[in-house]
Amino acid sequence: MPTFVYMTRCDGCGQCVDICPSDIMHIDKVTRRAYNIEPNMCWECYSCVKACPHQAIDCRGYADFAPLGHSVRVKRDEEKGVIAWRIKFRNGEKDFDLLAPITTKPWGTCIPQLAEVPAPSQEQRNSELLYNEPKYLRLDDGDLHTLKSAGLKLKEGVYY
Amino acid sequence: MFTHNPIAELSAFIPPIAMQWYVVAMVILVVLGTILDMAHKKSAQYFFENAKKAQKSAKRTLSGGEKASLAIQTVAGEVLTSSEFKSTRRRISHLFTMYGLIVFIVATAVLVFAYPTPDKPAPTYWPVLWHLGALALAFGGYWFWFAIRVDVASEGVKWYNFNGRGDIFIVGLISTATFALLWSWTTGAAGWLHMLLFWLFVASSTVLFGSVYWSKFAHMFFKPAAAYQKKCVKADGSRENLPADYDLTDPAVQKRFPDIPEYMGTNPPNMGLGINREPPRHY
Repeated sequence: MPTFVYMTRCDGCGQCVDICPSDIMHIDKVTRRAYNIEPNMCWECYSCVKACPHQAIDCRGYADFAPLGHSVRVKRDEEKGVIAWRIKFRNGEKDFDLLAPITTKPWGTCIPQLAEVPAPSQEQRNSELLYNEPKYLRLDDGDLHTLKSAGLKLKEGVYY
Repeated sequence: MFTHNPIAELSAFIPPIAMQWYVVAMVILVVLGTILDMAHKKSAQYFFENAKKAQKSAKRTLSGGEKASLAIQTVAGEVLTSSEFKSTRRRISHLFTMYGLIVFIVATAVLVFAYPTPDKPAPTYWPVLWHLGALALAFGGYWFWFAIRVDVASEGVKWYNFNGRGDIFIVGLISTATFALLWSWTTGAAGWLHMLLFWLFVASSTVLFGSVYWSKFAHMFFKPAAAYQKKCVKADGSRENLPADYDLTDPAVQKRFPDIPEYMGTNPPNMGLGINREPPRHY
């Protein structure tokens, strides 16, 4: 469900406008606060929610459980290098917290170089698996790979 | 240039009582506009409902002393130093505009009510403050108008595009300051030019103070309330459902979230500015 903005928290800095991949976060010309101009086109990527320095953006829950008091909120702290989630269950009481290191890659480094890989075979085309699955998930290679199993380490500066 | 009192010179054409009633009328317009704006937007109702909602999920009740301390912090931070702005440019521009307007209004009121005629000369600092206030207001206002306005920065709107209600406040501010300075500095020049600038100054300030209901003038009243509310929900633990601010060096946090010490060490370094290292202008 689409994002919306708490007007009293927003200061109109434009971070959400900058990051929205669908270009649907805009600045209202009268109030100078951000708003989602086309909620139907929002695919809840949470980019703007995470980018907002004031935590002024939230996602509306699905209609079947939103009225019951659920909440999924996130705070991305660049300098600490972590992302924290707080999930409130639909009974409105049970809280669930998550905290993990940010593992964002530098801009443009995750674009698949399709010209450099062989075209999928007919068997792959007929398969239910997506491009490069299961190779990229590596489920065929033991288990889901972690930073540790891949021999990677978090480096200063968030990106690595 | 800065030390003469233009209001005293004006008393030759306009009686001081008329000037004083004009200032009172502007104050009434601001109060009325703010009340109507609050009633129309239901902002007070929103705050009270939001506070009630937050109280339900509060982990503890704030004492009167804590609330007073948060109110003082809000005044010292958000109100006096515009600390809410993450962008330093916006913050500096806002401070110039805000303090310029306050100094300009106070100096105008003092000159109009206490020293309206040349018979009673004002101490030099009041006209100096009047001019410096208008200059600071103009500086902050023009900087905002040409470079910082979010429509300009984020929406590609050109500086010469006027957008009615959204711009009425800032245009009112910069035109008031500009015409006030030009009016003052043309004293002794051609009489018609001097008077034309004076009437443009009066028209601008009437638009500024009379358009509170339609403009965003009233933000100076509800923004501090919003900042105070934000501090309260953080202090009482309800946090508007946001995650806690974890201390990554805290052993309890590390035990609860073992990924943190495993990948970041037990004393994680500052990881840099991330997306904040560049201004949001990637269009």
